[in-house]
Amino acid sequence: MRPPGVGLPRWLYLPAGLGAVFVLLPLAAMVSRVDGTHLVALITSPSSREALWLSLRTSAASTLVCVVLGVPMAVVLARTDFRGQAAARSLVLLPLVVPPVVSGIALLYTFGRRGLLGHALHVVGVEVAFTSVAVVMAQTFVALPFLVISLEGALRTAGQRYEVAAATLGASPSTVFRRVTLPLVLPGLVSGAVLAFARSLGEFGATITFAGSLAGTTRTLPIQIYLERFDDPDAAVALSLLLVVVAVLVIAPASRATVRHRRGTR
Amino acid sequence: MTTLEYYATVGARDVSVRLTVGPGETVALLGPNGAGKSTVLGVIAGLLAPTAGQVTLGGRTLVSATGPVVAPHRRDVALLAQDPLLFPHLTALENVAFGPRARGVRRPQARATARLWLDRVGVADLGDRRPHQLSGGQAQRVAVARALAADPALLLLDEPMAALDVAVAPSVRQLLREVLVDRSVLLVTHEPLDALLLADRVVVVDGGRVVEDGPTTEVLTRPRSVFAARIAGLNLVAGTWDGSGVAAAPLVVRGMTGDPAPARAEEAVAVFAPNAVSVFRDTPTGSPRNAFSAVVTDLEPLGDRVRVRTEASGHRLAADVTPAAVADLGLGPGATVQLMVKATEVTIYAASRPTAFSAR
Repeated sequence: MRPPGVGLPRWLYLPAGLGAVFVLLPLAAMVSRVDGTHLVALITSPSSREALWLSLRTSAASTLVCVVLGVPMAVVLARTDFRGQAAARSLVLLPLVVPPVVSGIALLYTFGRRGLLGHALHVVGVEVAFTSVAVVMAQTFVALPFLVISLEGALRTAGQRYEVAAATLGASPSTVFRRVTLPLVLPGLVSGAVLAFARSLGEFGATITFAGSLAGTTRTLPIQIYLERFDDPDAAVALSLLLVVVAVLVIAPASRATVRHRRGTR
Repeated sequence: MTTLEYYATVGARDVSVRLTVGPGETVALLGPNGAGKSTVLGVIAGLLAPTAGQVTLGGRTLVSATGPVVAPHRRDVALLAQDPLLFPHLTALENVAFGPRARGVRRPQARATARLWLDRVGVADLGDRRPHQLSGGQAQRVAVARALAADPALLLLDEPMAALDVAVAPSVRQLLREVLVDRSVLLVTHEPLDALLLADRVVVVDGGRVVEDGPTTEVLTRPRSVFAARIAGLNLVAGTWDGSGVAAAPLVVRGMTGDPAPARAEEAVAVFAPNAVSVFRDTPTGSPRNAFSAVVTDLEPLGDRVRVRTEASGHRLAADVTPAAVADLGLGPGATVQLMVKATEVTIYAASRPTAFSAR
């Protein structure tokens, strides 16, 4: 238990409770509509399993790409000072505020067959649009800002004092990055990666616009749910539950680990 | 042979300092807050770029106005600050092994070196602890070991005892006294005791300029700057020698001329100890030739005495009196008093320029 501290104003609990109800009630409503007798059959059907497996694979791949590209982006934004940095940061975070379908259109006009780079890619025999690679690209595009923004915050909070100490001990910039910077912001990196994974798992608009809905190739779980909603509402509800469970399984351990780390070492 | 030759200006902070640290020499850099001490350390460590000047270490140019700048990790200069800054994700042993590892020493050998250093600083049994499991004094010992394990050509110490408990500071000071022998060290400190026990030479900076540079005992017993006098616990009045006393308008302080004797109209300082100053409420009559009207600014208990800080026509003068005298005279901040100093208690000497400047 925490010490009592200064306490909170009592009225604060009312909007806090309302907010919690607003988030949880629709989930409960959804669960109440789950057809228990057919649940297992619905979520283990070949099309469902295919969609789930595709979602997990592409989300894992896009999270990896987000880490590989996003960590250097966050470090450059947090540790350097260049002209136009504020503008660069805003642009990097743009996918957060742009509707995903707009992101999908932007990707289509870049990597699609008639897109900016698509023609050149077509010439060398690479087709991106409407493939699983396109799914990963769409997910990466919308999820990358989540990782960059949370890691940049962690880097700024950590400060540069340890990095300076490491440099005066003779560590090269690469050594400092590997042995000091990254370990210090690991909790921020983990939570950023979890956010990116969750965002990728839920990605719908950009994916369906840029990658389409080919069963087994680009039809991820959210798209499958959207399509089933008309034909088989029971299946849509069952798959929604599945998606919620998967999301909870991913987020809960990671967020617990982050909290434990923050309490433990400071 | 590693000699530090430092002459650099940092324009934005108006700090322009020249100093040297000889091979195996420990130099204390003293000065009030904002005097430019940290700026000097920053330039040497490569964290700040000077606008003019040159810094060389062991003949190698670290930074100069025209040449390339050596990156901090290639300078062979370790920095130990008041915050030990041990890496929180590494054990004490791994922290100490960090420097050797960064220089390409293999892991087992780096760890062996780290163990030797942990033993040397007296915390051999704490190697497996994480920094948050160490007390402040233990953490600073590990930080000392870490800095020395990197085997730097020059060690920079930035108030290494300032954040420590008063009960712990003496043992860390003693440790530094042992391990700094034969090393080139630049030590920034506020504490005269650090300078006395650790430093061979003292450089005093004030307002971004060197105001004194000399052997520790000489600077602290015969201060020429107000700051050096303050940390030495002495009163100092700077002015010009008028043939019979130091004129520092509107005061004139008379005393015994010392070495070097001042020439007429030359800058001179009058130095006297606080316990040589008597405090009266009314103007007394008697032999003292130095009587100053002053206003009490502050009282500070010092064991069996009380230090009365006063301001006399813009000069800060301190007097030591007994607690009974404080009560009898009704002393408190704002009280007007008369300070008396016998001329035989005052030493006057020429305030010659610091040797480091005149030598060049």
